[in-house]
Amino acid sequence: MNDVEETIDQERRRFVGAAAGATTALVAPGVFLHTVATATPRSEAVTSAVRWGMLVDTTKCADGCTACVTACEVENGLTLQSKPEGQSEAMWEQQRSVWIRKVKLQDDVTGRITNLPLFCQHCEYPPCVDVCPTGASFKRADGIVLVDRHTCIGCRYCMMACPYKARSFIHEMVEEKLTRTPRGKGCVESCTFCVHRLDYGDISTACADACAVDGHGAIVFGDLKDPDSELNQALRARRSRQIRADLELNTGVRYAGI
Amino acid sequence: MKRIIYREWRIDPARYWGLLAILVAIIGVGAAAALYMEHTGHWVTGMTNSVVWGTPHIFAVFLVITASGVLNVATIGTVFGKGAYKPLGRLSGLLAVALLMGGLLVLVLDLGRPERLLVAMTHYNFRSIFAWNIFLYTGFMAIAIGYLWTMAERKGNRFMKPVGTLAMIWRLALTTGTGSIFGFLVAREAYDAAILAPMFVLMSFAYGLAAFLLVLMFTFAQEERPLGEKMLVKLARLLGVFVAGILYFTVIYHLTKVYGAKHYDFVSWVLRDGGAYTALFWFGWVLVGGLLPLGILYHPVLGKTRGWVATACAMVIVGGLAAMGVVIIGSQAYPMPMFPGHTILESGYFDGVQGQAAPYSPSLPEVLLGVGGVAVGLLITAVGVRVLQFLPESLADEIVDPHTQVRAQPA
Repeated sequence: MNDVEETIDQERRRFVGAAAGATTALVAPGVFLHTVATATPRSEAVTSAVRWGMLVDTTKCADGCTACVTACEVENGLTLQSKPEGQSEAMWEQQRSVWIRKVKLQDDVTGRITNLPLFCQHCEYPPCVDVCPTGASFKRADGIVLVDRHTCIGCRYCMMACPYKARSFIHEMVEEKLTRTPRGKGCVESCTFCVHRLDYGDISTACADACAVDGHGAIVFGDLKDPDSELNQALRARRSRQIRADLELNTGVRYAGI
Repeated sequence: MKRIIYREWRIDPARYWGLLAILVAIIGVGAAAALYMEHTGHWVTGMTNSVVWGTPHIFAVFLVITASGVLNVATIGTVFGKGAYKPLGRLSGLLAVALLMGGLLVLVLDLGRPERLLVAMTHYNFRSIFAWNIFLYTGFMAIAIGYLWTMAERKGNRFMKPVGTLAMIWRLALTTGTGSIFGFLVAREAYDAAILAPMFVLMSFAYGLAAFLLVLMFTFAQEERPLGEKMLVKLARLLGVFVAGILYFTVIYHLTKVYGAKHYDFVSWVLRDGGAYTALFWFGWVLVGGLLPLGILYHPVLGKTRGWVATACAMVIVGGLAAMGVVIIGSQAYPMPMFPGHTILESGYFDGVQGQAAPYSPSLPEVLLGVGGVAVGLLITAVGVRVLQFLPESLADEIVDPHTQVRAQPA
């Protein structure tokens, strides 16, 4: 009789223990995530008090160096893309998503060679935002041009409109992706100025960091509205221009030395 | 003009069901192609991040502007009071709605996320000409159906002229809007030209009339309904005027481009160095779609021969598809002018290295989807003329006097 009671007691204890464990396991991540979510500036709306921008000093951009490209691809999960089985290398190169690329130019008259990275220019008046039928292509108050992947219908009109060929369409099934850069077949995407860093208070981008680490320091990222920012100081010190300035898009990315 | 009697298309059931079976089979293959592309993703198409709109868009845009142009026939009858065109109004309305359905279907099925059509219908950005077009297309369909009702229902007859006028203005807006999808894109050298809008209007007139004539001649011939020579020649000559209009706009479009030195490279690429696109332009757009049909339609003998008129219509349509190919794909293949005065030596993402155009070759599923859209338009038309009274019993010269004008009633 006693034995039976003891067995029952033990089972109850085990059950209560397991239930408590399961509850903790179920609730804890939520509590943790909630803490994370409320503890960071991410819960605050972005304002137009800042405008994120960049200066690329092409005289410091090294020929053959692709540090910025590699860093961007790792940071934004672009390396996780895989060529669909049966697709040729040549076609895949044209279809995979690319956020930043290196371009090498030669002046037709002087023969001068220039190297530069090219990516979304985060225009003040972005043509991609104008043409998007659903408003999925949008500009944040802080000047970052993004694609809302919930409302993008994959019409690619923004890609037709972008003067910098900065956008990519996801042509294939996505097997793997990073939480910070969700990606899905049939939507359009482009450089986000590493918005996932900015929203957690880290004022940097993967490309600028990589360029600095490599000792070139050709990319300066910062707030265009802050007169004391490193970016503004660099912009004051060097003459810079916008690519396709004729379109008067007031790009957030400026280039020096071209 | 004698009273026009409309009658259902009563061809032999075996032939009719055979025709439907063929159309359904083409639609089935097109639907399978669309499913395949959506299931696997667009990597199975020839489209890339450089050429983002491909063969489906050639068919879709062609069908949309053709639909708008088909309704021109009804407009001439009701709005401009040309009595000879009145008996053609019903078929014109039906074919317009049918082709638009086909075109829109192709457009929607090529989206990266077609299942989000509801998003497109609930989220609008009115700065986008695309958003406007969603209303222009659906509105056109509603107005054209209303227009058909005013033509077919005696109670509605008195609304025919106002509804017809609205339909005319609406479809001019629609074609202008479609041309503006391209014309208002400042990024690409081939676009950024408002003249594309009126050029699309002219194209719609020609392609629409060519498609209308082919359907009219086919349905009449199958049932041996009389189609008078005067009527045929009248329509054929009108087609000639529209085709000449396209050629005129083509010249002006290129002249506009060469007016500024910065576009010399683009114009010489299309006209001389563009390889397949140059061939499409000269042989497709200009020769097959323009000069040859013009020669046939105005020829004293050939212009009155049914077979030749039908050939000319088919040529206009083939030329139209070629023109869409040049306007839609050629313009994307040509590199964007990001660095004027510079040659791109290397690029990590195909920015026109040494001025090279982006490659594109249409894949089979894309073509099948496009052809499927055409079949959808024809199927709706075939069912429509069979079950309802769309086709006039006779268009013989003694029944329809092409010189009759419907005089405006004095107020």
